[in-house]
Amino acid sequence: MISLRNVTRTYGEGDAEVRALAGLDLDIAAGSFVAIMGASGSGKSTTMNILGCLDTASSGTYNFNGIDITGLSRDARALLRRNYLGFVFQGFNLLARTTALENVELPLVYRGMARNLREEKALAAMQAVGLHGRESHTPSELSGGQQQRVAIARAIVSDPLVLLADEPTGNLDSERSHDIMRLLQKLNKDRGITVIMVTHEADMADYANRIIQFADGHIANDLQKGRT
Amino acid sequence: MLWESFKLALRSVRRNVLRSILTLLGIVIGVAAVIALVTIGSGANEKISSDISKLGSNMLIVRPGNQGPGAPGGNEARSFTERDVEALRNGVALVRAIAPTASKQAIIVYDATSTDASVTGADQAFFVAQDWSFIQGGSFTESDVRAASNVCVIGTTIVSTLLPNVDPLGQTIRVGAMPCSVVGVLGSKGQSAFGTDQDNIVVMPLRTFQRRIAGNTKISNISVSANSPTAVKSAQDSITAILRETRHIGENDQEDFSVRDMTQIAATMSATTTLMTGLLGAVAAVSLLVGGIGIMNIMLVSVTERTREIGIRLAIGALASQVLTQFLVEAVVLCLLGGFLGVCLGFGLAGLASFFLAIPFAPDPKVVVMAFGFSGLIGLVFGFFPARNAARLDPIEALRHE
Repeated sequence: MISLRNVTRTYGEGDAEVRALAGLDLDIAAGSFVAIMGASGSGKSTTMNILGCLDTASSGTYNFNGIDITGLSRDARALLRRNYLGFVFQGFNLLARTTALENVELPLVYRGMARNLREEKALAAMQAVGLHGRESHTPSELSGGQQQRVAIARAIVSDPLVLLADEPTGNLDSERSHDIMRLLQKLNKDRGITVIMVTHEADMADYANRIIQFADGHIANDLQKGRT
Repeated sequence: MLWESFKLALRSVRRNVLRSILTLLGIVIGVAAVIALVTIGSGANEKISSDISKLGSNMLIVRPGNQGPGAPGGNEARSFTERDVEALRNGVALVRAIAPTASKQAIIVYDATSTDASVTGADQAFFVAQDWSFIQGGSFTESDVRAASNVCVIGTTIVSTLLPNVDPLGQTIRVGAMPCSVVGVLGSKGQSAFGTDQDNIVVMPLRTFQRRIAGNTKISNISVSANSPTAVKSAQDSITAILRETRHIGENDQEDFSVRDMTQIAATMSATTTLMTGLLGAVAAVSLLVGGIGIMNIMLVSVTERTREIGIRLAIGALASQVLTQFLVEAVVLCLLGGFLGVCLGFGLAGLASFFLAIPFAPDPKVVVMAFGFSGLIGLVFGFFPARNAARLDPIEALRHE
C-alpha cells in the first residue's frame, strides 16, 4: 500500500546541507504493524513526516494506495491526511480547554460532517478506546494514558487506512505504555488499520510484526516477524 | 464550518475576556463616537428646525443695519418709523401679519420678587407673526394699542418666577417703573435656537413701551409672516423695495436695514452642525483605524500563541483555507462585538447629551447598520494578514512549537 522509491530529503543548502534521508526504499503492506526504531537523526522522524504527507521528499517517489503523492499540493496532501491518515503524537497534542469528545470530533468537523453524525462516530471511537463516560472531560482532567487514548480515538474516528504514531508511549509509564500498545495492536487486528509507529523502546516494538531499524538515513535492519 | 468557526471564535473571546475588551477599546470608542455624533447631530438639526418653526412660520425679520443680528453697527443704525410700517402694511402682498416691535431688558417686579426679562412693545399682529398662542386670557386690544394702556401679556417663565401661586390674569406687575395689568399668558416656546429663554418675555402695546419704557419712538425690528413658504421670497423683495423708498436710499447706495428669512438662518445653522459632525466623524474614523491595528496586533499574538493548535488542526486534515476562515471569523466576531459595545455606548452618550442639551434623541437605524458593517469590514481587513500567517504555517514546524 505504501511504496517509497529512492526517497531523499535534504535540509538547508550548500555547505549547510544536511541529508536526513539518502535514497530510501520502503514498502509497507496494508494491515501491517510496523515499528520504526533508530537513534536520533537516523531519519525515522523525517520518514514519518513524509509518510504522513506532512513533508515532501526532495527527490524520489511516494506512492500511497495507488496515489502518487510526489507532486501533490499542500491542500491535496491535507485532504489525503483527512481521508486516509490518522496521527498519534508523543505529546498527545489535544486541544486544551476542549472536551475529549470535541477533540475526537475535530477531524470530522473539517470534513463538514453533520453534527449528530459526527457525535455518533466520536462516541463510538471513544468507546473503542475504552474511554466511555469521559467525553466531557478536558485534557487537563485526564491522565496521560487517557489523553493518549483520546488522541487515538481522534486518529481513528475518520476510519483511516493508516495510523501514524510518533513515539506514542514516550510520555507514559510502563503500565500505561503497554495498555496503549495493546490498544494499537487491537485496532490493527480488528479493523485492519495499518499502524506505523516510531519508538525507542524494544519492548514496545515487540508488539509490531515488522521492526525496521534506521541508521544515517538508511534502513539498517528490516525484521519481519511471522504473523501470530 | 462557518458556524464551527463562529463558536470557536466566541470561545476564544471568552477565554481572554480582559484582553479582548482592551483590544476592542479602539473599535468601541470609534463606533461609539460615530453613533453619538450622528445621533446628537441629527437631534440638534431637528431641534434647530423646530426652533426656527417656533419663531413663526414663513417668517421674515426686518432689522435696522445690514450686518446681521448682533453685529456691531446694528444698534446704531437708523431704526424704523411708523411711516415705514404703514407703507409696508399698504404695499406688501401675500402676508398674514406685519408686526413692528421694539424691545429692551427690564426689571419686572411683583410683590417682593423681581426678575429680569425681555420687554417687547408690539401690536396684536406680533402674536400672529410669531405664532404665539395664549394659555390664559388673550391679546391686548387695538384700543389698548392706540391708547397706550398699561396692560401686558406675559410668558410662562414670568408666571413661574413671579406669580407661581396666583391667577396671573388681572394682577398688576411692575415693568421698570411702570405698573401694568396682566391680560394674557402666552403658550410656552421653550429655548430659542440661540439659547435664550423665549418664555421670559413681557409684551405690551408698542406705544406704551415707547413712552414708558424706552422713552423714544424707535421701532427696532419688524416681524413679517408670509402666507406661504412660496410667498416668502416675493415678500422679501417687496419689503426691500418699499423700505428703500420710504427711507430715501439712493439707487446705488446699500440698504441700511436687512430682511432676513428665518429658513436661511436655519439652513446656515444646520450646515454648521453638519460640518462639525463631519469633522468629528473623521476623528472617529481615525480611531477606528487605530482600533483595527489593535485587532491585527492581538490576532498576530493569538496566532503565535496558538501555533501548536494550528499545527494539530493542519495535521488532522484542516485545509489552509479552513484555518484562514477560522482566524478571519475570530477577528470579525471580535470587531462585531466591539461594534455592538460601541453602538450601546454611543447611544448612551447621545442619550445623555440629548438630556443635558435638551435636544431630541434621534437614533438612526441606518447608522447602526453602517457601524456594524464597518466594524465587520475592519475585522476582515485587519484580520486577514494574521489569518494568512496562520494558514501558511508548516504543520511540522507548528507541531514542534512549544
